[in-house]
Amino acid sequence: MIDIKITNEILDAAACIAKATDAACGGIAVFIGAVRNQTKEKKVTRLEYECYESMALKEMKKIAEEAIRLWSVNNIIIHHRTGILHIGDTAVIIAVSSAHRDAAFDACRYIIDTLKKTVPIWKKEIFEGGEEWISAHA
Amino acid sequence: MTINILAFGIVKEIAGSSRKVLELENGTTVARLKNILETAYPKMKQLKSYMVAVNDEYAEDDLIVSPNDEVAIIPPVSGG
Repeated sequence: MIDIKITNEILDAAACIAKATDAACGGIAVFIGAVRNQTKEKKVTRLEYECYESMALKEMKKIAEEAIRLWSVNNIIIHHRTGILHIGDTAVIIAVSSAHRDAAFDACRYIIDTLKKTVPIWKKEIFEGGEEWISAHA
Repeated sequence: MTINILAFGIVKEIAGSSRKVLELENGTTVARLKNILETAYPKMKQLKSYMVAVNDEYAEDDLIVSPNDEVAIIPPVSGG
């Protein structure tokens, strides 16, 4: 089962874990990405996430399908938040369940690493004294 | 032909809008479109990289753009 969502609402880790829970699965790996309070020694005030939603949903689905192909995991939940996020807010939740833990860990790691490379979502960091689109410039 | 172009992230700020309408010759490739954009918006050349997506898929430079395509400029992504 693949469950993908992009939303402006607060993400719910317990709901993601519940969705990944499966009698056939002995392991659930969960990654939670949160907004941290500083970057390159600058104090972060908030992040603003923007998304090309139709393409982002497609790219996330491709990643989930590839993870199932590579590790035969049973369930993948990917929820990503957009809009204005503050320190400590959850930006992304990935939950993967499979019969055994190795596949769940490996697939979870693959999904977040690939999401950061291919899914058209952007964050602008607002810090004390300025703002910057992350990764935009060399 | 008239093409609608979507701009996101820093490209939206460079172009001054999230949606641009461009008049292109028939047969325009993605590579040619990138040239046109970089001429119109020189700050595009300062980006680490960027991609063009056509109809929700990353496009190669030799793809020819068609009038009803949804074309989007994708600066370096930073989700997660």
